This record gives sequence, C-alpha cells and structure tokens, in this order.
Amino acid sequence: MSSETREVLHDIDTHTDHGSTKTYWVIGGYLFVLTALEIACYYFEDELGSMASAIILALSAAKFILVVMFYMHLKYDSRLFTGVFLFPMALATLVIVGMTVLYHVLHPLPR
Amino acid sequence: MSHSSATRAASPAHIDTSTGLDSRKLAFWSFIGSECLLFGTLIASYMAYKGDSISGPYPHETVLPDGTVVEGILDIPLTSVSTAVLLFSSLFMVLGLAGVQRNDRKMGAFWLGMTALFGSIFLGFQVYEFTHFWHVGLTLQSNLFGSTFYMLTGFHGAHVFVGVLYMIVLAALVWTGRIGPEKSLNVEIGGLYWHFVDVVWIIVFPLIYLIP
Repeated sequence: MSSETREVLHDIDTHTDHGSTKTYWVIGGYLFVLTALEIACYYFEDELGSMASAIILALSAAKFILVVMFYMHLKYDSRLFTGVFLFPMALATLVIVGMTVLYHVLHPLPR
Repeated sequence: MSHSSATRAASPAHIDTSTGLDSRKLAFWSFIGSECLLFGTLIASYMAYKGDSISGPYPHETVLPDGTVVEGILDIPLTSVSTAVLLFSSLFMVLGLAGVQRNDRKMGAFWLGMTALFGSIFLGFQVYEFTHFWHVGLTLQSNLFGSTFYMLTGFHGAHVFVGVLYMIVLAALVWTGRIGPEKSLNVEIGGLYWHFVDVVWIIVFPLIYLIP
C-alpha cells in the first residue's frame, strides 16, 4: 500500500463522524433493555392498568429514535436526510392515527 | 493525484453536487420515505380492524358475547426472542460498516455475515409462527385479524428476506476486497435498508403483540 493510499484511508477513517464502535455497543445495550421493559409492561399490564399501553408506546418511540439517530446516522448526517425521512414518517403516522380514530372512536363496530 | 483530490475522490463526504450530498444516499433516503408510506398504510389497516374480528382465532385472550373466554394465539415469549434477534442484527450491521470503514476486511465481512445470519434466524421464527397459526386455523381469509396480520408481517418478512440476500452479497464483496473503505457508502446504504426494516419491527411488535 503506498503512503498516499494510507493517508487517504486514514483521512476517510478519521472523517467518518458516524460514532464509535463503543457507542454502537452502548446503543445496542439500551435497545435490549428497552425491549425487556416493553415485554415486562405487557406481563404487568394488570398492575399498570391503562398506563401499560402508553408506556409501551413511549419505550417503542425511544427505541425508534435511538436506531434512527445512531444506527442510521441521522444525528451526524445532513438535516436534509432527516427531512426526507421525517416528512413521510409524519404523514404515515397521521394516516395510522386517523384510521384508528375513525374506526375505533368515531365509528366503532357494534359489539 | 494529489492527496486532497484523492481524498475527495474516495470519501463520500466530499461530493460535488448541488446539495453537497451524495445523490445515491439522498435517493435511498427518498426510497425509505416511500417505504414509510407503504408500511404506514399496512399498519393503518391493521389498526383500523384491530379487535373487530367476529370469528376466531383471536390474537389475544377474548371474551365472547356468551361469556366464553378464548385463548389468544400470539406467542409473546417466542416473538420477544425473535425481536431481540432482529435488534442484535442491527448492532452487527453497524459493526460491519465500522469494520469496512477502518479497512478491516475480515471483521467487516464477519459482522455483515452475522447480520445475514440473524436476519435468517428472525425469518425462521416467522416461518414457524406462520405455520403454527395456519395449523390453528388462521389464514388470510379466516377473519380480519388474519388478513391484516399476514399482510403486515408478511410484507415485513419479505423485506427482511431481501435484506438477508443484500447482506450476503455485501459480505461477499467485502470479503473478496471488492468493497473497501473507499466504497463504504455501498455498505452504509445497505445498512440504511436493514435498519429501516428493524425500525418497522420496532413499531409493529408493540402494536400487534404487546398492546391487546
């Protein structure tokens, strides 16, 4: 390997601001713990009552944010990528919430 | 070629486009945006009909109008393990990318191979689950739960399958030295696809399995 190539590779390595390997393992640990908490909420649903669903959704949102920010590198990348991702994500969320409200709150099936 | 021009040619961070960003990466993020809408409609359909099946099998424990209690068919412990497997595969994906970026060919290929392996294990769990459900009478036609569940998780599984093939090809290219640090963007884009599939499951898992 020529010295110029080595320099180029070193340059690439040091300019890749995508978090360290240690960060990836730490985030992996958080994701595992958050998943365990989600599952615990499911099993302790009787004790948590109506809060269980809210807690599970909050934990799920936290996992979503961790993956998108650190593993998909949106924390380090251009904000244009964040916009290109979040705009359709917001639309999709609106559709999901809209359909859920329409079918379960405004016009629920008779039971 | 001078040092600075060589760096510009090799590093994806230095691209002469109107946005200053690599067009391939921007295009892939746009594709992921369109995938958000695809899965948004599938999740919306599932949520719209959630709990509205008038005949079994039911996902969770259900009390029928005559007072009979029917057991749900979802296996939470099994799916919890498969969820953890998919989460670990995302960790392996970033470790693979990090390996490629620091020109560690062996570790890059190893972690990408592990990503493909764990993706395959997740698919194995899904095949087992679908087969079990089919045996207890849940088909696409049996009730609203069956139709929306198979459509949503089936589309997700198909995406995982494509991702596994993608990771196998990437691992082979890294192993043979055809993808090195100068082409690490190819692995990064593969990673975006894989993490998106993981993100979809992060949303789907609680909505289907954990919230009755």
